[in-house]
Amino acid sequence: MDGLSIRDLRVVFDGFVAVGGVDLDVSPGDVRFLIGPNGAGKTTLVDAVTGLVKASGSVRFGERELLGTEVHRIARLGVGRTFQTAAVFENLTVLQNLDIAAGTGRGAWTMIRRRRGIPENVQEALETIGLTGQLDQAAGTLAHGQKQWLEIGMLLVQDAKLLLLDEPVAGMSHDERDATGELIGKVSRDRTVVVIEHDMDFLRRFAQTVTVLHAGRVLSEGTVAQVQADPKVQEVYMGTKEA
Amino acid sequence: MKWRAAAGFALGAVVLFGVAPAVLSDFRLSLLAKYLCFALVAVGIGLAWGRGGLLTLGQGVFFGLGGYAMAMHLKLADAGEGNLPDFMELYGQLDALPWWWRPFANPVFALAATVLLPMLVALALGTLIFRRRVRGAYFAILSQALAAAMVILLIGQQGTTGGTNGLTDIEGFFGYDLDDPVNQRMVYFIIAACLLGLLALVRQLMHSRYGELLVAVRDSEERVRFLGYNPATVKLVAYVAAAGMAGLAGALFVPAVGIISPALIGIVPSIEFVIGVAIGGRATLLGPVLGAVAVAYAKTTLSERFPGAWIYLQGALFVIVIAVLPGGLASLARLLRRQPHGRLEHP
Amino acid sequence: MTVVASQLFTGISIGAVLLLIALGLALTFGQMGVINMAHGEFIMAGAYTTFVLQSAITDAGVSLLVAIPVAFAVAGAMGVLLEFLLIRRLYARPLDTLLVTWGVSLLLQQLARDIFGAPNVQTRAPEVLTGNTRIAGDLTMANNRLFILGLVVLAVAALTVALRLTSFGRRIRAVVQNRDLAAVSGVPTARIDRLTFFIGSGLAGIAGVALTLLGPIGPTMGTNIIIDAFLVVVVGGIGHLRGSVIVAFVLGVLQSSVEYLTTLSVAKVAVFVAIVAFLQWRPQGAFTLRTRSLA
Repeated sequence: MDGLSIRDLRVVFDGFVAVGGVDLDVSPGDVRFLIGPNGAGKTTLVDAVTGLVKASGSVRFGERELLGTEVHRIARLGVGRTFQTAAVFENLTVLQNLDIAAGTGRGAWTMIRRRRGIPENVQEALETIGLTGQLDQAAGTLAHGQKQWLEIGMLLVQDAKLLLLDEPVAGMSHDERDATGELIGKVSRDRTVVVIEHDMDFLRRFAQTVTVLHAGRVLSEGTVAQVQADPKVQEVYMGTKEA
Repeated sequence: MKWRAAAGFALGAVVLFGVAPAVLSDFRLSLLAKYLCFALVAVGIGLAWGRGGLLTLGQGVFFGLGGYAMAMHLKLADAGEGNLPDFMELYGQLDALPWWWRPFANPVFALAATVLLPMLVALALGTLIFRRRVRGAYFAILSQALAAAMVILLIGQQGTTGGTNGLTDIEGFFGYDLDDPVNQRMVYFIIAACLLGLLALVRQLMHSRYGELLVAVRDSEERVRFLGYNPATVKLVAYVAAAGMAGLAGALFVPAVGIISPALIGIVPSIEFVIGVAIGGRATLLGPVLGAVAVAYAKTTLSERFPGAWIYLQGALFVIVIAVLPGGLASLARLLRRQPHGRLEHP
Repeated sequence: MTVVASQLFTGISIGAVLLLIALGLALTFGQMGVINMAHGEFIMAGAYTTFVLQSAITDAGVSLLVAIPVAFAVAGAMGVLLEFLLIRRLYARPLDTLLVTWGVSLLLQQLARDIFGAPNVQTRAPEVLTGNTRIAGDLTMANNRLFILGLVVLAVAALTVALRLTSFGRRIRAVVQNRDLAAVSGVPTARIDRLTFFIGSGLAGIAGVALTLLGPIGPTMGTNIIIDAFLVVVVGGIGHLRGSVIVAFVLGVLQSSVEYLTTLSVAKVAVFVAIVAFLQWRPQGAFTLRTRSLA
């Protein structure tokens, strides 16, 4: 297992500093929650790590420098992400979605032939995310929560070792949140997980460590209790209501 | 499912090889040969556009490359060893064959070039365009601009390309006299066989893992990238394959019709290839074939007698089919059968 | 030296017409993501408007001046009609819009053939515009091209002022930058779209008037020039009119100078190659609005 190590990460959009010098270490096997008010730079940080936006500084996953690497190569290094709005292939079935996610290593000969049966890792992922019964259902017809789980399942078969989940429980019902939290716990046993989340209740229950971003910088870091006790955090983010 | 496909191919073979030659006159059969060439182009567009989302408005370029490669060889063969093709003699600007004509005297080179040349051009252009993530309407415009540039280039080099007239009066086809109806029939059978073969090939591609991936790229290119694929490569395969099919179609068009000219490959014919595909059902296997044949048939029948009416009809077809029935007639058929399938097929 | 200067001037005047056409496309493409293939037929409509007015008003100069606003209105009205009847129903499907508007362009071309006949027609240029003006030494410039250049400068200036200083201009820019935000902020986006279509198509009509000074007019006159105009938009990027302005002139000059040195066909191919090469360097065009939305 590898950890994530970010040094002096900066992202600037046309003069606007979205991320202004972030240092961040996520140790292997951690479940790190990234929180912060809107515009704090959380999603931008994930975008920079996955190669979607240009950034300066250094992002290392294990031994590999990710900055300057193409998006699909970063993914092949074992970095997987989900998106705020579930991004599954709506016209394809659950099985097809997972099979595509599992297939980056396939050769040309395998690609131009039909799939026979269900690959082993896809079957495992189906059981993990609990969508075995929806195998042949078009992904577009899944419930909102199921789509998010399918996305996580896609990361599993993709063999991602670092999962970056962007608001995985937004818009979910209470039961779905619990299930998602347990799913995150389950997959984090042999993976490093970073979660962007607004939901404080969810964070308290499932975060191992927390980093608070504010205006493109790290404001505070530590366990849930440490962060909650930090007066700087209470001032700018949690306010009196949350603390 | 498998036996149905096999039955479909058997039926297609019976119609193309048994029924059509039996009931159609020589003249009608040679028209059908021409339509089937357009159908070959359409199969490729169905793959690239219907499944891959690549709206290519420049398939005429590849059709033309294939056609010119074939026609150049046939003209050289007609002229005989050491002679210039008739039109070069006519314009009288040249004493010797231009260097880039020479390799086409070799039949093997010329035949290979009809398919490989378009594929190479598509590979070069596609690599440059897809790698830089130029897509959607931008890609469509560039592919159309390529068709425009190619036509102007051909017209401009009249002494070596035949200019606006193109390469005409092709008499022989690898030793067979094309005026002989028997040989015309042979050309028809070759075209029909190529169409069936390519349909089998494309069917395999559409149902393969690659076919699923191609739909995924069409629907959400970025998402595919984050899974670790390079979408440029995925699109390139479909684009190059479609170009090869168009090239083959152009090559077969030449012996079937006896001419290749800029008017057959420019902006307008290129976009006419697309309308047949849209009418038939862009993302299906057979829709493009039937659509292309139907449009070509309607064009021949109508435009002879009422040229204006044909253009109105064509314009109306574009507007109505694409605005109201984006899945083409295939989606209508599916609606009637109430089949829940077709997830892959409706963008 | 004079050759270079006069060639440059020819290129600039070609670029000017191209600009007028491309600006309309850039407006609608930038705002609605819509590629309107019938834009070329709005040029044709402007040209035929000039032709028709000339048979009504005998003085060529007067009829030309009258033609400018009338062509703007005629082409603009056609654009609004197209937007209202078809395009607004297809906003979610930009590639399909391209094909639908191609169908419309076929219909309009055939309509023109039925009304005015298939052969090209020619308008009479006013006396003043047929000669040359001496600029310096033996450098002369054709009056009709000078007039076109002036016309385009005026039109672009008017458009810029309208976009920057009027309230509807601010609304258009708001919709271009963020349609959803503009909508929730109370901008009537549907009405703004229609207005943009009116202005963009109207500019094509003015371009049609300008083209009557350079050559004959016919039903398919829009088809060829429209592709060059699209290339201007592709290369110039969307959301910034500045990109279209610069690229239109660069393409115009590039094309006319390569054409002067070699042939028209080589020039077309050279321009295409140059564009593909340019896109390697700046795939999003010369100027673009940066947005975060992607995935």
